Amino acid sequence: MAHLTYLAVLAGCAAAALWLEPVLRVGVLRRVRRLVRTVVPVALVFSLWDVAAIAAGHWRYDPAQTTGIVLPGRLPLDEVLFFLVVPVCAVLGFEAVRAVARRRGWPAAAWRAGDGDGPDPGAGTGREPQ
Amino acid sequence: MTYTAAVLLGLAGAAGLDLVVLRTRLLRRRVFWATYPIVLVAQLVSNGVLTGRGIVRYDPAAILGLRVAYAPVEDLGFGFALALATLSLWVWWGRRGVQPR
Repeated sequence: MAHLTYLAVLAGCAAAALWLEPVLRVGVLRRVRRLVRTVVPVALVFSLWDVAAIAAGHWRYDPAQTTGIVLPGRLPLDEVLFFLVVPVCAVLGFEAVRAVARRRGWPAAAWRAGDGDGPDPGAGTGREPQ
Repeated sequence: MTYTAAVLLGLAGAAGLDLVVLRTRLLRRRVFWATYPIVLVAQLVSNGVLTGRGIVRYDPAAILGLRVAYAPVEDLGFGFALALATLSLWVWWGRRGVQPR
């Protein structure tokens, strides 16, 4: 069972974030196309970083605590899953913050992300309507 | 190149993506800085397990040696770059009309 240790950490991450989808109705998992187009390029770039770091000897993985499935570039499958799970969790957290801001009626202008959630005259300029 | 140098490069890349390439400017938005502490806590816990249990081991020559919750301080930058790049791309797709709601 030790070889599932890394996967167990990922399952913990997922469990910590996935409840936000039904409870706060953030609609992240529902928006499959947007999520795939976000997570896949990020996972690809960070996997390449990982391969380069492994090649350079920056870090290595304990074979006893990972699945043992290793992709080209000596990249453990566990790491690729990390780069898929963590970004999904980050988006869930981001949308949860926005959901809470909306529900509590915090000033919308100050909480804008600029993705079609209202006019966006330029973040951080101090010129946003209050 | 050390991991330290690679992280500085990664941070510059993620910031460039957000501020210049995609122009999502999350680094200047409250919603991002309200989200990041949540991501950070999750990262400290999960990364603490990964490094504390020796699932991932680092070459002492590639890092500064300063550690936060078992993990090299460089990992904080790695996690920040990962979160910023992800959220910048997510917001950018929304702005381009890909499932904004």
